[in-house]
Amino acid sequence: MAARLAVSRWGLAPAVYRGPLVSCRRWSGASADTVYDVVVSGGGLVGAAMACALGHDIHFCDKKILLLEAGPKKVLEKLSETYSNRVSSISPGSATLLSSFGAWDHICNMRYRAFRRMQVWDACSEALIMFDKDNLDDMGYIVENDVIMHALTKQLEAVSDRVTVLYRSRAVGYTWPCPFTMKDSSPWVHITLGDGSTLQTKLLIGADGHNSGVRQAAGIQNVSWNYDQSAVVATLHLSEATENNVAWQRFLPSGPIALLPLSDTLSSLVWSTSHEHAAELVSMDEEKFVDAINSAFWNDANHTDFIDSAGTMLQYAISLLKPTKVSARQLPPSVASVEAKSRVLFPLGLGHAAEYVRPRVALIGDAAHRVHPLAGQGVNMGFGDISSLVHHLSTAAFNGRDLGSMNHLTGYETDRQRHNTALLAATDLLKRLYSTNATPLVLLRTWGLQATNAVSPLKEQIMAFASK
Amino acid sequence: MWGGGKLSYFGGRFLGVLGPGCRSSQTKGPRLISSAVYSKNQLSWTLEIKPGVFNEYRNMWFKSYRMTFSCLNRMKSYRYPWTRLYSTSQNTVDSSEVKTFLALAHKWWDEQGIYAPLHSMNDLRVPFIRDNLLKVIPNHQPGKPLSGMKILDVGCGGGLLTEPLGRLGASVIGIDPVNENIKTAQCHKSFDPVLDQRIEYRACSLEEIVEDTAETFDAVVASEVVEHVLDLETFLQHCCQVLKPGGSLFVTTINKTQLSYALGIVFSEQIAGIVPKGTHTWEKFVSPEKLESILEPSKY
Repeated sequence: MAARLAVSRWGLAPAVYRGPLVSCRRWSGASADTVYDVVVSGGGLVGAAMACALGHDIHFCDKKILLLEAGPKKVLEKLSETYSNRVSSISPGSATLLSSFGAWDHICNMRYRAFRRMQVWDACSEALIMFDKDNLDDMGYIVENDVIMHALTKQLEAVSDRVTVLYRSRAVGYTWPCPFTMKDSSPWVHITLGDGSTLQTKLLIGADGHNSGVRQAAGIQNVSWNYDQSAVVATLHLSEATENNVAWQRFLPSGPIALLPLSDTLSSLVWSTSHEHAAELVSMDEEKFVDAINSAFWNDANHTDFIDSAGTMLQYAISLLKPTKVSARQLPPSVASVEAKSRVLFPLGLGHAAEYVRPRVALIGDAAHRVHPLAGQGVNMGFGDISSLVHHLSTAAFNGRDLGSMNHLTGYETDRQRHNTALLAATDLLKRLYSTNATPLVLLRTWGLQATNAVSPLKEQIMAFASK
Repeated sequence: MWGGGKLSYFGGRFLGVLGPGCRSSQTKGPRLISSAVYSKNQLSWTLEIKPGVFNEYRNMWFKSYRMTFSCLNRMKSYRYPWTRLYSTSQNTVDSSEVKTFLALAHKWWDEQGIYAPLHSMNDLRVPFIRDNLLKVIPNHQPGKPLSGMKILDVGCGGGLLTEPLGRLGASVIGIDPVNENIKTAQCHKSFDPVLDQRIEYRACSLEEIVEDTAETFDAVVASEVVEHVLDLETFLQHCCQVLKPGGSLFVTTINKTQLSYALGIVFSEQIAGIVPKGTHTWEKFVSPEKLESILEPSKY
């Protein structure tokens, strides 16, 4: 018979008080369930990459890893001619992670686009900031999500002796271990699947997206709010073939619009705007849509004389102080047409879990943090989580540690919370700063942007932080 | 985790690895004399206890040894081996220590509880043992670096060190004189099917298994044990007996210095309460020099 233990038991371990633990059941008798070393719940980009990274890690050679994915297995026999409308900007750090277990090679054999320069500018002034690397190295890569998924699936199959993938399986219930060992109580996490089967694991990794079931079941508090914006994505045809290795982003008062290169003639659109406008954009006919995009990039209606002269003044002052290369504002390539049926919208929000780890549980990716796409960092933060967690788990395995021990899990949490909190705060601040055309704020951000553009070490720091 | 606790232990610690080369030869010698020597030896030890007079300690010990036991010196010059004491089953288990640990038998696996310092010391002990054993293994399998090794964990307690060694692939036998400890250890490993197969626990003392398991282990680990045994020389001798030729003996303990008295007993036990009172007695701490002096004469 299972008995429920009172939450007050936590009072015995004051050193690590981690909030109310959802009830913990006592399991009598050992069951014949397989005990997995690691179970990753959620087979999206981050979950699959986590399972892959662990499977290819040398110290996990004889461990049993399971990946649970609710959807069906997606088999990509042939790369489709049309580009998918869901793309991700992959930073060099993430590319390193993907190549560490051989997935990057598959991506290179399929398709991706490197970009070497990024121009970000304001709709309300002439201020702009241009990012590029000294020797025009690749700053990042635009890859379709389907391509990444396919590469990860192939690499998972390569280590199928260690990693088992269960498709169409969703975990419906979790039972957490008791905080201290008791006779006859299993110290593992018990997971019940939709089809009624159960399994046990020493470490459960939640990679199930921003509505994470693992996070909710563990009772981990989540700080979150919805933005008053939705993002519209589409695949666009450019009016003429260009080198197309620049990423463009303009901050309109309604939200940022970004053009990401996919090929010489194609680019991907990410336009964050108010819910009503987004719905309009998705339903309007193609010509009007294309016109809206072009005018969003070119129209200077939001400029005011006051701001323009203030901006010119600072620019003059900067050019007196240092002989900078004058980065004149360039215009993105004009859009000719939009790919049929490629317009989709999705709502935006911010989220951050108060704790990334609990005994025998860890959260990675969107389950731990959800961010606005304006900085292109969402999936990169997830890949950063993976690098850190795999490093900690690998060392723990080589030291013979119990994988679910809080010792190294808190190391991962500290590592990543420091990085992610800063990035989330900065992205949220930028979003709010640029959501207005109130003059004082516009002035502040104009001068701020111009000053940042002039200070190269600062730009390099920003790029380094975002490339991790 | 109490960082200070960690510091105190590392300050006064030494980790000694002896071997490879623990060899036991087979010649036997006169037994009567030897047993007399050993019982007298125990007496001489208790006479020499003078805490705080560390520098004089060693000299005095040797002096009285030379004076009183000249016959032993002569025997030593013949290099008589340890195994002459097979039939003398000296008990190295201290019953007062057993009582202390019995009271805490169920608290082994609480990582933030009383045994937290031992849990955190695994970060030091396991890599130490693993790296030194890997030097001896020609090709090790990634994932199970110690597979194929047979290890004896003497005084395993709740299995804190036994389990990591088992996870690294070794077959480990853990022994402890306190029955409750073995029960806790047994219960804890029973949930993990892999560890269940690799680890075996027995509630006994080293003397009881020495005859059955002579020369069968690749490594013997006596971690945080030698400061709790009654007769150190016999204990170490038995450890060497169960080792294969070329096997390794790992000993970790608190060094016997002024610092270890200050940090290990005064601070940890009496002031900060990191370690329960009465767990350690400074008189029984062992210095590296003492261990060396015990093991060297017999060419181990």
